[in-house]
Amino acid sequence: MDHYLELLHPRATVQAVRGEVTDVRRPTPQSVTLTLRPTDTWRGFRAGQHVNLSVEIGGVRHTRSYSPASSEYVSDQIELTVTAHPEGTVSQDLRSQAREGMLVGLSQAEGDFLVPERRPERLLLVSGGSGITPVMAMLRTLCDEGHDGEVVFLHYARGAPETIYARELKRLAREHPNVRLVRAHTRPGGPEAELAGHFTRAHLTAAVGDHSDVETYVCGPSSLVDAVQAVWAEDGLEQHLHLERFTLPIASADPADAEGGRVLFSSSDVRLESDGRPLLEQAERAGLTPAYGCRMGICRTCTCRKVGGAVRDLRSGTVSSSGDEEIQPCVSVPVGEVIVDL
Amino acid sequence: MTTETPTLTAEQTEAFGREMDAIRERVLADRGERDADYIRGIVRIQRRLEVGGRSLMLFGFLPPAWLAGTTALSLSKILDNMEIGHNVMHGQYDWMRDPALGGRDFEWDTACPAEHWRHSHNYVHHTHTNILGKDRDIGYGILRMSEDQRWNPYYLGNPIYATLLALFFQWGVALHDLEVERLVEGQPELGRRRDLIKKIWRKGRRQAFKDYVLHPLLTGPSAPFTVAGNATANLARNVWSFMIIFCGHFPEGAHEFTEDETANETRGQWYFRQLLGSANLTGGRIFHVLSGNLSHQIEHHLFPDLPAHRYAEISAEVRAACERYGIPYNAGPLRKQFGSVVKKIVRLSLPTHSGREGDDEGVDRRPAKASGVAVATA
Repeated sequence: MDHYLELLHPRATVQAVRGEVTDVRRPTPQSVTLTLRPTDTWRGFRAGQHVNLSVEIGGVRHTRSYSPASSEYVSDQIELTVTAHPEGTVSQDLRSQAREGMLVGLSQAEGDFLVPERRPERLLLVSGGSGITPVMAMLRTLCDEGHDGEVVFLHYARGAPETIYARELKRLAREHPNVRLVRAHTRPGGPEAELAGHFTRAHLTAAVGDHSDVETYVCGPSSLVDAVQAVWAEDGLEQHLHLERFTLPIASADPADAEGGRVLFSSSDVRLESDGRPLLEQAERAGLTPAYGCRMGICRTCTCRKVGGAVRDLRSGTVSSSGDEEIQPCVSVPVGEVIVDL
Repeated sequence: MTTETPTLTAEQTEAFGREMDAIRERVLADRGERDADYIRGIVRIQRRLEVGGRSLMLFGFLPPAWLAGTTALSLSKILDNMEIGHNVMHGQYDWMRDPALGGRDFEWDTACPAEHWRHSHNYVHHTHTNILGKDRDIGYGILRMSEDQRWNPYYLGNPIYATLLALFFQWGVALHDLEVERLVEGQPELGRRRDLIKKIWRKGRRQAFKDYVLHPLLTGPSAPFTVAGNATANLARNVWSFMIIFCGHFPEGAHEFTEDETANETRGQWYFRQLLGSANLTGGRIFHVLSGNLSHQIEHHLFPDLPAHRYAEISAEVRAACERYGIPYNAGPLRKQFGSVVKKIVRLSLPTHSGREGDDEGVDRRPAKASGVAVATA
């Protein structure tokens, strides 16, 4: 149905969710902030959740998850801030190509990284780099609803120029006496930071003092999340800690890698060491019964989703990218670590 | 077949296969926005034709509107089934990761459930092309299309069955997977069949409801004209797709193979068989689009998952390679190729002799015929 409505207007849909880019800003050298106007099919989101954004690059649709940074109370807009990673196809493309009027595909919001309806008395929001977006949504939402409990916003960035939302954070802290901004710069020598270096217990004490009655929300790279988790585990307070990791794409495998590597068939939760045979055969030897036909790469009966990792096409010898894509397991052998939806 | 099977040495066969692989790799490396724009453009045209055609039926009582509407709807169905449906279901556009163009979930405007098609066509026909006893596209189980099919009096009706198949082609394709002829032969696997029948019945009913109840009612007083227009559009699509598809593997010069001679094929031999078993149609650009580029049947069988609109540019290279290896490249205009298919349908309705002893047994010729490819295997 939506395909016929498309003929009339790109935003006329009955099921699909799409978004029109209404504003593009590039706040730091690496990031781009997009304001999207979603179709009426969008059911809104709660601060901390994420959406899947699809864009087309070179005819290929790419999908990535991003957490809106906007307040829950702004229902007709979604603000996404995307940080370009050196190997990120989508983030690089959005950083350089995004423009007003562009249409993107969206999903409904998902995720349970949420502040409970009964807002906790004391809150600590910790983020690193582009992990700021879901906790920014939480902070804006709390400010919009006039929440008056203590909120400490501890943010890690390399330095001031790389800090996304720097000005707005300062303003919110100024306007809301219950909000305290604690900035930590990991690059030495920068002005305007309350703390220096990576997360430590000392940072925690400086930010909130005693953290035993604080609900904490953390989003950032694994190193930050791991460091925070270790401190809370030591103190036996993990039930008060809520984590959201953003996973960077698995680094591209070196084609010269030995055929070895590990395979995870994710739907059946089977792990095995690759024996260098096509994935279809390996799945069958592990007792799975995937669909198949010609077993020579023609009929695509066995086509399945590769969640991550690279495979080599037996016909051409070419090694795939490491992202989420469909593969033909009858003619694909793993290169390094591979996760397949079988 | 009366044509000599050309022979290649084992080295030549594999070298030829490598050349075909190289063409495939080159197109894969170049695949991108151009292909995405092309298929989306075709989809847009098809949707406009469908919406336009069905809307014109509101005025179906006026002959020019009826004619224009029926033509638009016929073209819409032809594009949907051939350049879009058939090709998308081959996975030619899977790389775009657009759910609307994904081969595994696509459903088309014809009676055959897409799921059955993917099995009988993508797997059975494309893997076992022209292997008698394995490729069920040879005569669709109801026609005698090869001298190696043993004649019996039933085949006297060959031209009649072929005509009926052409007129009701969508239903012929829908029932294809049922292997009706095996029912006649008395090997019912009832459980599996019941499931197939249920799915065919459901899809067929939906198609019939759409074309003969829902849309006619939507056009109000024009309803009878809409029924006639939709029936005509289905008929036009049926006859057209029958002609194109039968020209793919049955014109004079297209080879058939036996299970024995194709056992344990190498990749090179597989390419070689696809080439010998397929035939092209020559024509203009619009003709190729309306045939779903199945007019480039040879290229399609060599590279079933490359975007079909690339076949035209690939065909020059394939043809040049064939000349170098002395492999015949079967191509001709629709008139000539279809003429030779019709002749064959009529000829094979009668008991035929290829001049060899034991031919009527349909067995003894196999070793003799196998020699061509046997050399290649050596």
